[in-house]
Amino acid sequence: MITDEQIRHVAKLARIELKDDEVAVFREHFEKILDYFGMLDSVEENIEPVFHVLDICNVFRDDVPGECLNQEEVMANAPKTEKGYFRGPRIV
Amino acid sequence: MFNPISVSEVRERYSQGESCYDVISEFLEKIKDSRLNTFISISENEALAMAEKIDKGKLSGRLKGIPVSIKDAISTRGIRTTCGSKILENYVPPFDAHVIERIKAEGGIIIGKTNMDEFCMGTTTETSYFGPSKNPWDESRVPGGSSGGSAASIAEGSSVLSLGSDTGGSVRCPAAFCGVVGIKPTYGLVSRYGLIPYANSLEQIGPIASNVKDAALLLEIIAGKDYRDSTSVEKTFEFKLMDVSKVRIGIIREMIEKVDEKVQKETWRAINKLEELGMNYEEVSLPMMDYTLAAYYILAMSEASSNLSRYDGVRYGYHIEKEMNWNTYFSKVRAEGFGDEVKRRILLGTYALSAGYYGKYYLKALRVRNLIIQAFNKLFERYDVLLAPTMPTLPFRIGEIQDPLSMYLMDINTVPVNLAGLPAVSVPAGLNNGLPVGLQIIGKPFDENMILNVALKVEEEVWKR
Repeated sequence: MITDEQIRHVAKLARIELKDDEVAVFREHFEKILDYFGMLDSVEENIEPVFHVLDICNVFRDDVPGECLNQEEVMANAPKTEKGYFRGPRIV
Repeated sequence: MFNPISVSEVRERYSQGESCYDVISEFLEKIKDSRLNTFISISENEALAMAEKIDKGKLSGRLKGIPVSIKDAISTRGIRTTCGSKILENYVPPFDAHVIERIKAEGGIIIGKTNMDEFCMGTTTETSYFGPSKNPWDESRVPGGSSGGSAASIAEGSSVLSLGSDTGGSVRCPAAFCGVVGIKPTYGLVSRYGLIPYANSLEQIGPIASNVKDAALLLEIIAGKDYRDSTSVEKTFEFKLMDVSKVRIGIIREMIEKVDEKVQKETWRAINKLEELGMNYEEVSLPMMDYTLAAYYILAMSEASSNLSRYDGVRYGYHIEKEMNWNTYFSKVRAEGFGDEVKRRILLGTYALSAGYYGKYYLKALRVRNLIIQAFNKLFERYDVLLAPTMPTLPFRIGEIQDPLSMYLMDINTVPVNLAGLPAVSVPAGLNNGLPVGLQIIGKPFDENMILNVALKVEEEVWKR
């Protein structure tokens, strides 16, 4: 059973504001989909999890200076900028 | 209307003296006249400038003057890249994806960005902020997804080559529904640098074309090591014709028994045709099939919940003018910028990764991934390729499937390949009631040449007859 409170909690963690009617719809979908996912309960615990299909780890490259992105093009996408910085919302 | 154009047809026009400018202008007109909502953006100025360069002899290469459409999930410098979302409606990437650099270096001409499900999350293009694309075979039906615009652009002949991305079937599904060829390469063969991420451990960029050789050509160009994607490997791809008469074929029983009867009928018709040509097959079982869809969605949603946390309305993307505090601002931007399916997957992924559920969902899904890899490895000891229908149904009507879980179940035959990182191709293999049926050919890691040669056989002996 999934409660409205659980949906609100997850939405808060994910930083997505939900309206009351959305909470109800998502709760209904959660129940159905999580019920389907529940079939994995029967999978044995002694099988190693595979995080990645390739047998590689810690890929390094030489630290060679290269061309950077064009700052003007990068900043052009930002709604608010100041002296070459992004301007974010107030913290307090 | 189904009216695909091959690379060799375009080259023929050039060899008869037509200018690149004229040919590309004609494709751009076709895009504008299309009623299928195939493209989100048309890069007319860039395409014509490049065509002029080619006409002046300043640019050459293996894709010289060939129009290429690009799924709007792939970054193109100076060309708006929306990922099918309101949250990126006005985003203009300051860099090209690796695959775009490769195409440009070979003289290919990027003509526009194709429609797709928002953030690649869908099987139909219906979740696109820009409205659904339509199927060229029947405008009341979906073209498949998420790379639906890409496949439709090839099928309607508004482009000759296209790039899509395949996280759980997003290249193969629309290729099957539109009657064209789509390749999902082995994980690591093509750099993901510049692909807007959805589920990094599962996705690959893949070519879509009107025939196997054209798709193989585009794969040759985009494959190869790129240091900017740490999961790209030291491999290249070259298409070589080979004799496939002795290829050992396994038919995956679980993928054929449960699908729509019409799809079964066309699949068996194609297989029987191969048998008539002297090829042998055996029916095989993939015992883990039942678990793979749940495992796939848990992993994809979990990775998505992390990936999509970057959309905050501060550095790029949808924003709100009004001043408000940090958390309220993010929560409102994301509430207004994301569509319902994207929210659903972020929320479910957040839930699956949250304290107390990690072991129940995420870790379990990773264990299933291990089992499916083992199951495939075992089959590949005895078979060179595995065959199955790409999709469980014929292309369905726009709006026909409303329930999210029922939609997820459409990916049942495509997701096992992504979980195991294998290469697969969907090739048209039949028509039923005027709608195309795709055959999926799955191979061993980095054995693209084998699956494409079998696909070529299907194309020549089954589809084109």
